[in-house]
Amino acid sequence: MGYDLNMKVWRGDATGGELVPYTVPVEEGEVVLDALHRIQATQSGDLAVRWNCKAGKCGSCSAEINGKPRLTCMTRLSTFERGETVTVTPMRTFPIIRDLVTDVSYNFKVAETIPAFAPEKRRDDGTYRMQQEDVERGQEFRKCIECFLCQDVCHVIRDHEENKQAFSGPRFFLRYAELEMHPLDTNDHRKLAQERAGIGLCNITKCCTEVCPEGIKITDNAIIPVKERVVDRSFDPVTWLGRKIFRRDQLPESQTPTLPQD
Amino acid sequence: MTDPSSIERHTFDVVVVGAGGAGLRAAIAAHDAGAKVALVCKSLLGKAHTVMAEGGIAAAMGNVWSEDNWKVHFRDTMRGGKMLNHWRMAQLHAQEAPERVHELEEWGALFDRTPDGLISQRDFGGHRYARLAHVGDRTGLELIRTLQQRAVALGISVFMECTITKLFSDGERVSGAFGYWRESGRFIVFEAPSVVLATGGIGKSYKVTSNSWEYTGDGHALALAAGADLVNMEFVQFHPTGMVWPPSVKGILVTESVRGDGGVLRNSEGRRFMFDYIPEFFKAETADTEEEADRWYNDKTNNRRPPELLPRDEVARAINAEVKAGRGTPHGGVYLDIASRHPAEYIKRRLPSMYHQFKELADVDITAEPMEVGPTCHYVMGGVAVDPDTGESDVPGLYAAGEVAGGMHGSNRLGGNSLSDLLVFGRRAGLNAAYAAARKRERASVSDDDVRAAAEHALAPFSSTGDENPYSVQHDLQEVMHSLVGIIRTAEEMQQALDKLTELRKRTARMSVEGHRQYNPGWHLALDLHNMLLVSECIARAALERTESRGGHTRDDYPATDDTWGTINLLCRLDGDSVNVRQVPLPSMPDELRALFDEK
Repeated sequence: MGYDLNMKVWRGDATGGELVPYTVPVEEGEVVLDALHRIQATQSGDLAVRWNCKAGKCGSCSAEINGKPRLTCMTRLSTFERGETVTVTPMRTFPIIRDLVTDVSYNFKVAETIPAFAPEKRRDDGTYRMQQEDVERGQEFRKCIECFLCQDVCHVIRDHEENKQAFSGPRFFLRYAELEMHPLDTNDHRKLAQERAGIGLCNITKCCTEVCPEGIKITDNAIIPVKERVVDRSFDPVTWLGRKIFRRDQLPESQTPTLPQD
Repeated sequence: MTDPSSIERHTFDVVVVGAGGAGLRAAIAAHDAGAKVALVCKSLLGKAHTVMAEGGIAAAMGNVWSEDNWKVHFRDTMRGGKMLNHWRMAQLHAQEAPERVHELEEWGALFDRTPDGLISQRDFGGHRYARLAHVGDRTGLELIRTLQQRAVALGISVFMECTITKLFSDGERVSGAFGYWRESGRFIVFEAPSVVLATGGIGKSYKVTSNSWEYTGDGHALALAAGADLVNMEFVQFHPTGMVWPPSVKGILVTESVRGDGGVLRNSEGRRFMFDYIPEFFKAETADTEEEADRWYNDKTNNRRPPELLPRDEVARAINAEVKAGRGTPHGGVYLDIASRHPAEYIKRRLPSMYHQFKELADVDITAEPMEVGPTCHYVMGGVAVDPDTGESDVPGLYAAGEVAGGMHGSNRLGGNSLSDLLVFGRRAGLNAAYAAARKRERASVSDDDVRAAAEHALAPFSSTGDENPYSVQHDLQEVMHSLVGIIRTAEEMQQALDKLTELRKRTARMSVEGHRQYNPGWHLALDLHNMLLVSECIARAALERTESRGGHTRDDYPATDDTWGTINLLCRLDGDSVNVRQVPLPSMPDELRALFDEK
């Protein structure tokens, strides 16, 4: 049942590299990551690949397969025509470290700018009460495995390194949405979503939703609702009037959280 | 390259090695206790093996069954471990787990709810009441993400993709750790009076495993090399339900929640064979007809548990026996059927990851057809012997928590007790590591000679001219452990395994790696292999020594459980290059706890 698969794998480092051809024997039911592992074990022991669980749960093995951002562990070889060459390249939005491994530290830096969860107090019996339908919205966003494929495909930063300063990217719009819609969170995140995360730069082309291996409706369920809330805040006449009448700390709404960087 | 003065150095109060559930919880606790903490992990933050935990966190909150409390949980845990657990760990675990779950909620976790709005709890093997707090079937992801976000919010220093290869000692206590950055291959030294090991398990020494690549027994080996004991290493858990087809996914976990939510096991003849495998020890509490078993899901008071929800060791052995008897599926497993038990919508809501996993990787729609499953190496009950209250090992300043620590689960771990273990003992180890660091007046220091030796050891594979490939050595090791120290064991086979391990160790001396130090997986594997071989030897030696069958240790030549072994722990210690095994008495529980086992 096995056959020889022709692959091209990008190899190199920050100074440059090239697509290297490999022919690797593969078996029925295997995925692209299996083929990469076989190259490591039998042809190039130093081929750099980041991976952990090989079950689509940790989001480590992201790469671009025939130009499409995918998890290599969830891309079955049976999805390609027999005889088709499978080309694997590193995620383009992030700087190269080596071969298929990129420097994704941008994402971890953005994560540090997300305000901490700020819950209301527990009830006297030590519990919180929430209804299933109220937690389900946030649960969708918390399915995110941080593979950063949505960040990779997002054209605001894909070929625009300069935008990374002002733009958090879809993965972190999910975080804002999750906090905004969390039944217990007491902060108002709209100002930060606009000014720090740059959600206004997103023009909802839905590329992120298309590549999400968890099937999270990033654009429809997270980005658009947060954008709407941001707009409400900016143009709501009551808020506008409130700002004229009250001092900021007297506003009758929850507050923008303070951040470690502030 | 090995000049100590050129190597990056850091000083911390507490260094936590590993950033899964236990490591993250330990780092948070140490930070909260006022310590300056470094969290060091082999992978990116948030990718640790904890993300693969599916079913839930066992905690006797009593949200679904108000009859539940810590004493029932304690009793279930001890019985599941065939009474070989350290009683004090099992007690602390059962008592503190509920508060650890509530704390996660306070940090942002979104658990599934009961109709009253409380945290929902689900049924699992060996637990008398529905007890697992869960988020669909991705509870581990929720746990790690919550702790990760908490750690980031607290500003804890994280060293990602950084592997620790050596612990330092000043002669009396731990003084630091040595490692390398995977990305650059450069070395790094930590000076610290307290080190917490939270490195997880050993599964990558086995051919069929649910474990990720990181599970190479690093913490076990580091502790041994530092002079600590490992306890109960013969007990390795084979989870009864791993995927068996296609070959590339063989071993990937199929959560016990499938059975907790009503899924049943059938052989190729369509029989619910678990009714044929109810051991005497669990007869009184297990249903003996399909009718009673099916009624139990809704009426736990008047019915007994289905045998599919016996502890994991029992179910794994039963599946193994069915396949051996020729009643397996075409791909050498048995059928796990939930499709005929619940509507498709229910299955997709309760088990979304399983639905996705089978659809994507095996072309199987679990809402319409049964899954094929078989045992997979999942967890090691054995680990660093620690003080139950503090998590400290015999080596002052060296702590261990989570899977790398031993004693808590005895000879077999119940599902759901791992995530709670991580939280309860991660916190305890972190707090005590911080307190100990605060009590210590002089700063820890690491000698240049020790640093140079650690660096030279790490670079050895580059200077070797041998012809051995680390990937082939790993492949052969996995084959040895799988076929000779696997789910069913005999003295003869384990002796063979020990001989083969000696050969493999010789081969590692001839390993050479190609390329340079920057993100070189061949080099990383060559270093990890030392740990895998050492831990494999501990497992084989302890398993050979224990001439009985109990929990995760089944001897074909000693099939019975032997009461005299029921009060004996086996400790492994490193003596020069060789592993010594010795017997010590199991700590005996106080009478008021013992009385819990007399009750029905």
